[in-house]
Amino acid sequence: MITHTARPLRIVLYEGRGAIPLPPEARARVLAALLDKGYAVSRVGSSGGAAARANDDHTLLVLGAFETGLAPEVEDAEGRVSIQARDISGLEADGVLSLVEQARGVRPMNEPGRWKPWFPVIDYSRCTNCMQCLSFCLFDVYGVSADNKIQVQNNDNCKTNCPACSRVCPEVAIMFPKYQGGPINGDEVSAADHGREKMKVDISSLLGGDIYAALKDRSAAAKSRFSKERSPDKALDERKKCLTKLVSDGFIPMDVLASLPSPDEILRKAEEAKAKAAAALAAQG
Amino acid sequence: MSDTPTLLYCRCAYAQVVPTGVKNEVLQQLSESGASFESVADLCEMAAHRDPRLKELAAAGKLRIAACYPRAVRGLFHQAGAPLPEDADILNMRTAQAAEITSALLVDASTPPVTP
Repeated sequence: MITHTARPLRIVLYEGRGAIPLPPEARARVLAALLDKGYAVSRVGSSGGAAARANDDHTLLVLGAFETGLAPEVEDAEGRVSIQARDISGLEADGVLSLVEQARGVRPMNEPGRWKPWFPVIDYSRCTNCMQCLSFCLFDVYGVSADNKIQVQNNDNCKTNCPACSRVCPEVAIMFPKYQGGPINGDEVSAADHGREKMKVDISSLLGGDIYAALKDRSAAAKSRFSKERSPDKALDERKKCLTKLVSDGFIPMDVLASLPSPDEILRKAEEAKAKAAAALAAQG
Repeated sequence: MSDTPTLLYCRCAYAQVVPTGVKNEVLQQLSESGASFESVADLCEMAAHRDPRLKELAAAGKLRIAACYPRAVRGLFHQAGAPLPEDADILNMRTAQAAEITSALLVDASTPPVTP
């Protein structure tokens, strides 16, 4: 589980006492420029705001068009946070962004465009803890909590644009918020969605039979063939063939196939996942 | 804890599934309102990294969020260990018009528009 977040600055656009409010259009442009670069921004007007709450960031950067034309010296009374202030009088949005980037310096930060936040989100109001997702996913995205509840444990293992686990969930409880269509994107689940065949895919039917048996057969066949051919390309081809139906049914994007483990590894992972799911279900009584 | 709702705007900057016109218009109208508000680049990105700021926001009292599907937003906060209070209002910029979003966001905003 990822517990860190690379966000070195907390930004406050200060337009309260002592600062001249930006024209609304300029304010919107500044905010959009900073947000599109990945920064979070608190806009604080004369009524104050949430920026006064405690925060975990090490550096608070206060931006404002200060009446004196100079950024004030500010410090955290508790000494926990380093506070910097910058005067942005007369600057356009790109100038403000440059100023912020200078303040950040070489400290790394998550930025849009480098990565898509693609991972399953469980709707626990629908989830029945059946563990089908855990049994299905070959990338160890799912795990079981100390109290035997299914949970998403390894976001980063999820394959971008692959919503296959949401389609095997019999309760339509798995969402991918960045998916285009509903109800996978989080849209309300209709009775039709719930009843739709594609939403109730039994894992065993995905390859027209028992997926694990099918994989096992193909693994054996592939092993025999690989031993003669010893070609990594052939091995990859075999894996692709093995899951062609998943792709043709739209359950797995093509590029996910290239990152699938070997057939033997798939079998091993499947067995592990099944055991984990069985143990959790047994513990539930 | 203040009775004034905390307004939160999500830019959906990492995947652009919220229509650009709607999110720009909502930001513009928020900016014109003069209200104080929180804005984040992407709630999904924050949830993926269990950003502790989500806990801060969930604990901020009454919350009004302009983002995407309410079921997804609640799930994101929950998954990040920061479940939203039942009374949080979630406004869906993927399906609603900007005017609907901002009128719901600013329904009782007492701050007059700020002009320079």
